[in-house]
Amino acid sequence: MNTTVVAQLQRQFQDYIVSLYQQGFLDNQFSELRKLQDEGTPDFVSEVVSLFFDDCSKLIDTMSRSLERPDNVDFKQVDSGVHQLKGSSSSVGARRVKNVCISFKECCHVQNREGCLRCLQQVDYEYKMLKTKLQDLFNLEQQILQAGGTIPQVDIN
Amino acid sequence: MGMAAESQFHVLAVDDSLFDRKLIERLLQKSSCQVTTVDSGSKALEFLGLRQGIDSNDPNALSTAPVNHQVVEVNLIITDYCMPGMTGYDLLKKVKESSAFRDIPVVIMSSENVPARISRCLEEGAEEFFLKPVRLADLNKLKPHMMKTKLKNQKLEEIETTSKDENGVPTAVVEPEIKDSTQVEIEILPLQQDLLLVQQEEQTLSTNNKRKSMEEGISTDRARPRFDGIATVF
Repeated sequence: MNTTVVAQLQRQFQDYIVSLYQQGFLDNQFSELRKLQDEGTPDFVSEVVSLFFDDCSKLIDTMSRSLERPDNVDFKQVDSGVHQLKGSSSSVGARRVKNVCISFKECCHVQNREGCLRCLQQVDYEYKMLKTKLQDLFNLEQQILQAGGTIPQVDIN
Repeated sequence: MGMAAESQFHVLAVDDSLFDRKLIERLLQKSSCQVTTVDSGSKALEFLGLRQGIDSNDPNALSTAPVNHQVVEVNLIITDYCMPGMTGYDLLKKVKESSAFRDIPVVIMSSENVPARISRCLEEGAEEFFLKPVRLADLNKLKPHMMKTKLKNQKLEEIETTSKDENGVPTAVVEPEIKDSTQVEIEILPLQQDLLLVQQEEQTLSTNNKRKSMEEGISTDRARPRFDGIATVF
């Protein structure tokens, strides 16, 4: 094992994950998830995150269809979708996505179709952005493991 | 983990969201529990052995033996509140109305902080109400509840042999934990509270003084160094 390479990668990983927290992509709940991962369940976080992104994609699709026709918007359906998305983004620690959901819910309540469409677009953008970031993070993890190192425990306050 | 099945707490987790089920399952496993997950209230009742379509107003119907004659020991039920069909609240009611299962502690989870909802559930007999996302720290609150059921079942088995007083718990308290030394290491904090709680109950101290007594009890009862040696899980 090349300790320099491992140390470099670990440093990179640490810096990257800290930046994700600082930029508001992730919050404390993500570190709670990482605590649940261990040698017996090394893929837990990536699996859960993957489920989350699948959910995002499906819910955004459904909500988009509900919002399609200006004269016939099923706000209940949209609200239900946002509710689910807000819940799972909160459980995963996807802070930006969750925050958009909060505004999204408001738009649903007042039946503001334009507002909903804007929020929908934003949610779509945010989840895809997070997906890319986390993919990079998981790749770094893999590189560390392949180089024979261990993934650092990062304490976020 | 190498633990005998009998010494593990068995939790039935109910949530219609796959994502949430995966999460609660991992949380519970990490808390050394055996977990069964189902995606609806009706499946939960099926698992417990309560037949479907039973009139819940008829207590006799629910107290009859389960259809499959299997003894499914569930030490705790944790359920989402918002579910299509049977809500977590409906499930709670059905469990509490059943003479066979009303002693199983039920915990409700919800992503929404609605005080009226929370008090409704607690009034109906829910032990705890957790706001999602549920965390490891929340689950530690459940240990005393699970021990209560576990001990009750043990008591029923060992009813002749166990020496008991009013509370009938002292001997039994120590046993399940000692069986599994790894569990003692990790779970030492809640266990201490339980042992002390029991000892204080014996001395019939008032509830108000319990906290104070527990703190005093720690220094005299167990060797302090034991705490220092433990690496915190959090």
